[in-house]
Amino acid sequence: METRHLVRIALFAALLAVLGLFPAFNLPFVAGVPITMQTLGVMLAGVLLGARYGTAAICLFIAVVLLGAPLLAGGRGGIGVLAGPTAGFLIGWIPGVAVTGWVMARLVRLPVLWAAIVASIVGGIVVVYALGIAWLAFSAKLSLQQAALGSLLFVPGDLIKAVAAGCVAEATRRLQPSLFVRQH
Amino acid sequence: MISAYLARPTWLHRLPAGVKLIAVAVISVAVLPVTDWRLLMLGLCAVVGVYATLGREALLHISALRPLVPILLGIGLLQVWTDSWQAAAVSLLRIILMVLAADLVTMTTTLRALMASLEPLLRPLRILGFDPERLSLAIALVLRFVPVLLAQWQAREEAWRARSSRRRPLRLVANFVAETLVMADHVSESLDARGFSSREAVKDKPRAAATDPSAGRDRE
Repeated sequence: METRHLVRIALFAALLAVLGLFPAFNLPFVAGVPITMQTLGVMLAGVLLGARYGTAAICLFIAVVLLGAPLLAGGRGGIGVLAGPTAGFLIGWIPGVAVTGWVMARLVRLPVLWAAIVASIVGGIVVVYALGIAWLAFSAKLSLQQAALGSLLFVPGDLIKAVAAGCVAEATRRLQPSLFVRQH
Repeated sequence: MISAYLARPTWLHRLPAGVKLIAVAVISVAVLPVTDWRLLMLGLCAVVGVYATLGREALLHISALRPLVPILLGIGLLQVWTDSWQAAAVSLLRIILMVLAADLVTMTTTLRALMASLEPLLRPLRILGFDPERLSLAIALVLRFVPVLLAQWQAREEAWRARSSRRRPLRLVANFVAETLVMADHVSESLDARGFSSREAVKDKPRAAATDPSAGRDRE
């Protein structure tokens, strides 16, 4: 792996940590459910870095968290994260970002904005929730329906983030066209 | 950097990282089939007892569970509603026990010791072209650049607030992301200029570059 890719992966992982440290803001229509920008960063990793390097960045971030750095939104870290009921959502980021990057590369004909929104919804929401709900059901001994129902609360926030990922991708393309080499 | 690590050495610090990791894995697997909440309560008391032997500071670390409280409450309510309070107690006690047990490892093991204990597991990956030395360079870069990026974001947000009373726009995030990627390219150029592109050079001295925050700003 070239140094350039290694450093990009590392800095994107650091970016993910910083996005998790932003103050969470509350959704107007689902009061009390805090949403953070960290999952926006996961979607952006797939959209901007592509499947391969995006997945590497997410794996690196998760590795640093599991080694003990309290960088998850809310300030959790360490291997205890894996024992928690939401570990599936965290591990789901890995296939999620891979699928986001893959879908993004398949949609080269669409404008960046729309391609990024679709890719973020498929990878960042559908794939992540599939793993997250399955683990939540297993970990908390809930039925799959119950786990899905509980997770539904967070879907509106994640839909907003998918749209935000599209806007950020589009703006990034305008600010730094050289960065935005789309993979085929 | 802020961390859950307990600086004051305790008896758990002296145990090898590998032993602690295996112990946590065994505990986690062992509590999975338990369905009696009284047994789990006993186990939880035992784990909290271990915290107590590590001192007051360790007991205060239990408050690190706070971000989990809303989710645990949700799970508990769902189960009381559809099943019974015993089922809810079993689920919640098991999760809290497992998380607290795993946190004990994080609190008493340095990052370096954890990585060293995992190295034998990573070694077979070398065949696939995976280089553990590059991994430690990458981890060092992440830890070094979190505070750098955080400071940059705060400067950006402050500049916005000084000029406008409106909420920060998404454009600010886009700018931040784009500039982080540009900075990454500058950092890698600095690394290459200092001879870090070849494998031998990486083995020589990866930390010098990773801990030099000015590397990325050379060209700005």
